[in-house]
Amino acid sequence: MSEFIQYTLQGLAAGGFYALSALGLAVIFGVLGVVNFSHGACYMLGAVLSAVLLAELNVGFWAALVIVPILMFGFGVLMERLLVRWLLELDPLYNFLLTFGLTLVIVEAVKQRYGVSGLPYQVPAGLGGQVTVGSVNLSVYAIFACLFSVVVCVAVGLLLTKTRIGMIVRAATESPDRTRALGINVGLWVTPVFGFGIALAGLAGVLAAPTRAITAEMGSNFIIILFAVVVIGGLGSILGAVVAGFLVGLVEAYGIAYAPTYAQIVIFVLMAIVVLVRPSGLFGREEVA
Amino acid sequence: MSDDTTDTAGTTTTEQASLSGAGSTAGAEPGPSRMLEVAGLSAWYGEARVLTDVSIDVAPGEVVTLVGRNGAGKTTLLRSVMGLHRQTEGTITLDGTDLAKRSADARARAGIGWVPDDRGIYASLTVAENLLLPPVVHADAWPLERVYEFFPVLHERRDFPGTKLSGGEQQMLAMARVLRMGSRLLLLDEPSEGLAPVIVQRIGEIIREIKGQGVGVLLVEQNVTFARAVADRHYLLAQGKVVEHLGNDDFKAREGELLTYLGM
Ligand SMILES: Nc1ncnc2c1ncn2[C@@H]1O[C@H](COP(=O)(O)OP(=O)(O)O)[C@@H](O)[C@H]1O
Ligand SMILES: [Mg+2]
Repeated sequence: MSEFIQYTLQGLAAGGFYALSALGLAVIFGVLGVVNFSHGACYMLGAVLSAVLLAELNVGFWAALVIVPILMFGFGVLMERLLVRWLLELDPLYNFLLTFGLTLVIVEAVKQRYGVSGLPYQVPAGLGGQVTVGSVNLSVYAIFACLFSVVVCVAVGLLLTKTRIGMIVRAATESPDRTRALGINVGLWVTPVFGFGIALAGLAGVLAAPTRAITAEMGSNFIIILFAVVVIGGLGSILGAVVAGFLVGLVEAYGIAYAPTYAQIVIFVLMAIVVLVRPSGLFGREEVA
Repeated sequence: MSDDTTDTAGTTTTEQASLSGAGSTAGAEPGPSRMLEVAGLSAWYGEARVLTDVSIDVAPGEVVTLVGRNGAGKTTLLRSVMGLHRQTEGTITLDGTDLAKRSADARARAGIGWVPDDRGIYASLTVAENLLLPPVVHADAWPLERVYEFFPVLHERRDFPGTKLSGGEQQMLAMARVLRMGSRLLLLDEPSEGLAPVIVQRIGEIIREIKGQGVGVLLVEQNVTFARAVADRHYLLAQGKVVEHLGNDDFKAREGELLTYLGM
């Protein structure tokens, strides 16, 4: 029983990384119609930047939690302004391929600069060790990562549902053209939304840094699972992205614990079942094409 | 039977010629100051030309209809005026200003209000949010209280997701949204389609109300009875061309003939 609770916590912590990143992927897809393949690479950059800030500038975890998302926001803004923007009018496949190519560039650049072995990063002071709840030992950092992700997801949810900006983003997600015809300059929101989505991936990377091997390749597997998350949650559904993120984290953790041989497959079995039962995903709107 | 005459290009041309002859625009003088002026507009989807040299105008406080069969190009014309369909030639001016370089959102802020054929209600926005999304663009815009007074059902359902409303209520919401925005020229795409007679009547009331405020209305309609009950002038569109331009009296006098022509 106590092991089960530990696996659950690990799963929820990992699920938080997926949920934050998938949230970013979902708002970018909603407003721009772009499936950002480089999202995994941006997650990796978030983790690498945390390690580099610590090693080279002695900037710790707490500061990284603020600085890295800001840097990644800037990276996203540049990426949208310099590259993505020019292909928005074309078939969405062009931007998918662009971001795929960009992923290769980012990963190779990180390999060139920092090599292929993992960068060191410790669990920050105060978040190390275990707490004993009843008879169960729980990792303090996993509890923190899990709560932190939930808080950020709720905050983004409030931003989307309770503010005028959120209302515009929801409207543009449903139909950019119709929203333009109602007097809203949707183009004005495209760049900040893209930057915001990338910042969320970066934030997930910072949170993951103390618990993962930080390598140039750490985003490659991540992006594949992220696509599964988005399919399970329903493409374009923001709530779906978050719920499916945590769900996939859990399923993955139980898989690793109880069926290690099949751990990688379980998620895709889950995805196949969801797609068979509800092709538009758990929270996707069923559309008549 | 009427299908037979439109099957070949040859007979269609003859039919158009006979319909557009005989000085039929006599009863349809445009208003003194034109709000919307579309001149020589052609539109394409890829290689397919769907509008040819269309010229129409709407004055403030005037209700003008576009009548024509399915596929005649009515929706494309409205989307071109709104700036959503860009593959066009010709000029579109609003209050004398050329709109060519204006984006759809700039046109909306300049006073054009679009009520699309699918009503365009957002599922992820509540009824109240649907109303409050667009910016207020004119001093004559209806305040929210007035909107709710005029459409009590929207007040009752203000916290419901927009698409949880019935078809008729969604149509009210789409109209209310452009009134709250204060649009000076409304583009209404088949607002009566698929709605119960009492709701169609209500839409008629709304159109008369805003007409009194000097709002211009370009109304796409296939419901000829409704069209003649609310409109001042009518343009008949066939295969992307304006084939008739009639005042309401002429329209009424020739209703039988027009219904046949429209295949309705
Ligand atoms: N997105 C599109 N792509 C290609 N052809 C289109 C598109 N939309 C409409 N058309 C064609 O353009 C013509 C005019 O359509 P439309 O403006 O919708 O007519 P109406 O509103 O009068 O029924 C039709 O022949 C239609 O098939
Ligand atoms: Mg139409």
